Amino acid sequence: MLYYAAPIFLPLFGAVIAGLFGRVIGARGAQLVTCGAMGVAAVMAIVVFTEVVLQGETATIVLFDWFASGDLDVDWLLRFDELTGVMVFVVCVVSFLIHVYSIGYMAHDPHVPRFFAYLSLFTFFMLALVSADNFLQMFFGWEGVGLVSYLLIGFWYKRPSANAAAIKAFIVNRVGDFGFALGILAIFLMFDTVSFDAVFSGAPGMVDAEVTFLGHSFDFLEVACILLFVGAMGKSAQFLLHTWLPDAMEGPTPVSALIHAATMVTAGVFMVARLSPIFEYAPIALSVVTFFGATTAIFAATIAITQNDIKRVIAYSTCSQLGYMFFACGVSAYGAGIFHLTTHAFFKALLFLGAGAVIHAMSDEQDMRKMGGIWRMIPVTYVLMWIGNLALAGIFPFSGFFSKDIILESAFASHTGLGMYAFGLGILAAFLTAFYSWRLLFLTFHGKPRADERVMAHVHEAPPVMWVPLVGLAIGAVVIGYLMLPMVATDIDFWGTSILVLPIHNALEEAHHVDFWVKALPMAVGVLGIGGAFLFYVLKPELPGQLATRARPVYLFLLNKWYFDELYDILFVRSAKYLGRNLWRQGDGAVIDGIGPDGIAAATLSVARRAVRLQSGYVYHYAFAMLLGLAAIVTWYLIAGR
Amino acid sequence: MTDWPILSTVTFLPLVGVFFILLIRGDERQIAANSRHVALWTSVVTFALSIVLIADFDTTTAEFQFVEFVPWLPEHNIGYHLGVDGISIFFLILTTFLIPLCILASWEAIATRVREFMIAFLVMETLIVGVFCSLDFVMFYIFFEGQLIPMFLIIGIWGGARRVYSAFKFFLYTLVGSVLFLLAILFMYLDAGTTDIPMLLVHEFAPAIQTWLWLALFASFAVKLPMWPFHTWLPDAHVEAPTAGSVILAGILLKMGGYGFLRFSLPMLPEASAFFVPFIYSLSVVAIIYTSLVALMQQDMKKLIAYSSVAHMGIVTIGIFTFTGQGIEGGIIQMLSHGIVSAALFLCVGVVYDRTHTREIADYGGLVHRMPMYAFVLMVFTLAAIGLPGTSGFVGEFMVLVGAFQSNTWVAMLALTGVILGAAYMLWLYRRVIFGDLTKENLKSITDLNWREVGIFAPLVSLALVLGLYPEPFLDVLHVSVENLIAQTNGAPGLPIAETESVPVPTLAALN
Repeated sequence: MLYYAAPIFLPLFGAVIAGLFGRVIGARGAQLVTCGAMGVAAVMAIVVFTEVVLQGETATIVLFDWFASGDLDVDWLLRFDELTGVMVFVVCVVSFLIHVYSIGYMAHDPHVPRFFAYLSLFTFFMLALVSADNFLQMFFGWEGVGLVSYLLIGFWYKRPSANAAAIKAFIVNRVGDFGFALGILAIFLMFDTVSFDAVFSGAPGMVDAEVTFLGHSFDFLEVACILLFVGAMGKSAQFLLHTWLPDAMEGPTPVSALIHAATMVTAGVFMVARLSPIFEYAPIALSVVTFFGATTAIFAATIAITQNDIKRVIAYSTCSQLGYMFFACGVSAYGAGIFHLTTHAFFKALLFLGAGAVIHAMSDEQDMRKMGGIWRMIPVTYVLMWIGNLALAGIFPFSGFFSKDIILESAFASHTGLGMYAFGLGILAAFLTAFYSWRLLFLTFHGKPRADERVMAHVHEAPPVMWVPLVGLAIGAVVIGYLMLPMVATDIDFWGTSILVLPIHNALEEAHHVDFWVKALPMAVGVLGIGGAFLFYVLKPELPGQLATRARPVYLFLLNKWYFDELYDILFVRSAKYLGRNLWRQGDGAVIDGIGPDGIAAATLSVARRAVRLQSGYVYHYAFAMLLGLAAIVTWYLIAGR
Repeated sequence: MTDWPILSTVTFLPLVGVFFILLIRGDERQIAANSRHVALWTSVVTFALSIVLIADFDTTTAEFQFVEFVPWLPEHNIGYHLGVDGISIFFLILTTFLIPLCILASWEAIATRVREFMIAFLVMETLIVGVFCSLDFVMFYIFFEGQLIPMFLIIGIWGGARRVYSAFKFFLYTLVGSVLFLLAILFMYLDAGTTDIPMLLVHEFAPAIQTWLWLALFASFAVKLPMWPFHTWLPDAHVEAPTAGSVILAGILLKMGGYGFLRFSLPMLPEASAFFVPFIYSLSVVAIIYTSLVALMQQDMKKLIAYSSVAHMGIVTIGIFTFTGQGIEGGIIQMLSHGIVSAALFLCVGVVYDRTHTREIADYGGLVHRMPMYAFVLMVFTLAAIGLPGTSGFVGEFMVLVGAFQSNTWVAMLALTGVILGAAYMLWLYRRVIFGDLTKENLKSITDLNWREVGIFAPLVSLALVLGLYPEPFLDVLHVSVENLIAQTNGAPGLPIAETESVPVPTLAALN
């Protein structure tokens, strides 16, 4: 089974070669090494998928010890079960296609070796994350992907905006990691181990255990799961911790496709699915997951309909789709969540890379208001974007149809209040999804050309090295939904022991037996959304403007992304700077130094100066002092000496 | 193992180098060149010898090893007593490891009074190594306070513009602590009738006395470490000190405070230590948050790193005072990691300071265009300072938090906020120095790392990664000594720690 490790370490090998010897082997060499390694990894990933998932030959590969102290004993291990097999497959295949695409997309960049080294390094960390066998190794991959994401968002480091976005992404993720780390600490406190298997098998015995956290006693599993979920919220850009994702679009488009759509941002969903054996015993935590998932799904969709930057629309769409995956997990339909993760990886990567091809064609223009009327000029990209959007909107028989349907049906079938909340918002978000997707298509490709002539004259189809990988993704976007249906089937044990669902949480099972209207509704609202976009942006293009003026506050509220950036700026950024400045100037300067060393030094000096004044040089001053002294001694002798 | 007094050799070998430097004759340039070489080779040989120590080290015993004992004032039970255990040996090696790098870093940066500088450095090496292997309080005190003098001179003579103010501030701060420390030693001597550390370790002080002794020791160690609010000498001292001075200051001198807590406060005064846990926790947590916020607003690179050191030391003190294996080992690993990482960060500042003679963050920007290798090295240490898993910073920090979480969740949570702030100030620093457009005129011709500098950073980078990916060999050396230390603290009645240490899972669940 040792060759299971191949797809994980091949990208690392490529990254090290391209990173350290980039200047020696040059751009071409770096591309060859990383893409070659990634290609082999992708093939191996398919082998792993076949053996582990289809034939059920799970394995654990021991590498070496990490650190041990008392009961805390952490090893480097690779865990290959069904869940890992699916993730390795998705990550390697999508990453390989994006590697190839990048050859064309980054052709004119002066830092090609660095770019490819980062891309491969990212893939390695992502694979380390999904193959982790304990919490800390997962955290290692978790922070690793965050680091490379930071490096790649700021890849064009000359741009101040790219640097700002990179830091923002890292810090917001750190806020999430804060919860994740506390969760791990809580897990260790109670289980005395951080190894998955030991924790999973111990979870049922912890059902009523309580833990004292911050001076209060809480249900242990609930607290641990909610803390861990905070980490997932950060990485997967869920409501409240979502602000970094749209800004992350500052990075090169292949990065947006790989990291900020297909893989890294889905790590949170993966985490919840991986930890299903604990989450299953934490009903409140699952409700929290459902609530945040559903809220994010609708919240991000409302913003997406007003954005004008083509990549930002897709970014908010990603955010919204991640919400779907989360509430699927929240109603215990983990299989459905991972199913949507898989289909989404293909069609969203396709959409991003298609958008990249458009941006490429439009001479690096990203504003949809300056596009339009180009569909005849780049027909391949146009068709591919249609496929991606059809899959995203959940139109039969594209892949998104299968996965989104089963999620919404599961939410409905869970028969809980929050399940219905998720179902309702999910349906609404499905309508908005179709609406903004076709808004994007119409604004970008149809109508009158709004770019200037120079740009229009230059519009051209992407080279084969770019569109061939897109075709690969498009094939995935079409067929993967049907092929992977066993993930949510009830009669096949697809997930083995990698995902635990308690018998009482049978939403996924029930989902197959819901009424017909529930099954038909998601696609119906999808078609409705397409129709709405057709009305707004083709039949009556003046409508959006009128609506925006009529409901100006709402429009501004959505256009400014619910004002989260402004709010956080005041709450956290400015107040931290204000505190920092004052603690430094006042706290350190005035108080500590003022009372401490400087104060004592000043006091000593002033005492000394006064003492100096005593030495006036006049004899009668001294004589007077002596007289006073004598008088004092005599007085004391008379009083105390008796 | 032979009877060769290897610890004495390691300790006093640098003084042999000093002797040779004093013998050098010739013109100014020749003296400078020869002093550099003598100093470098002396320190390299010292380092090589200290490697022999770890190679021969027995990890199965908590006893002091390589012990040397010569009666000095036998009628007063004061002797020349040297020895190391698993806790002190790493500090010793860290010292011998950093000194050659410091001398290399000063190769061109120190151009005046080179002979005196090298002498000061070698003398300091002897004194620091002496601190970590003394097993007699009188000797310890002499070494501990003695190293103030070369450091005072290094800051005061080869420092920046406000060097005199900083040197005095540094000296006075530490001296106040020292006075109380001396009083404590005198008292302990009168109480126990000896200054021999192994004997004092088994001597039991009355609880009422412990409190006062503990406070006196605390005054000294808290200033050294430094803990909030005794930290204000550190930013000033760092800013004015030459690069090598900052490296030693951050890399080793700060660790003496932590070492003092581990060697004296905890095992000799266990009850007082337990009593003061809330006090230490509060100061540490305040230090982490307060100095992280202050670091965020610094405009001087060295000041920023200096403030971040205070925050990192806050993690260390939390770890030490958890009284758990993970916490204490984590605290030690964190000190070692900080010794490598902060030393490297100051060396990084030194690299660009040597080229441009400014430490203002605003004077930099876009260095990556001209210095890709430098950008890589600084990135590695920035990440290690942030505590990214896989770097040395993570292991120690995480182990400390594991220990802290067991004893107080508030402390663990508040300490974790430092993780967020740490990322903020370090990445912001990195961005302002390395990224962006290269617009400053004087930076357009700046050169990347030369071979000497690569030679300095290569071992530091590898250590930071090894300690992060495979710290087992280091922890192996620590385990027995730390267990012994915990046993010593548990010997005292009324410690709240004993339960949290060994509670099996089911009982805890059943308790609730």
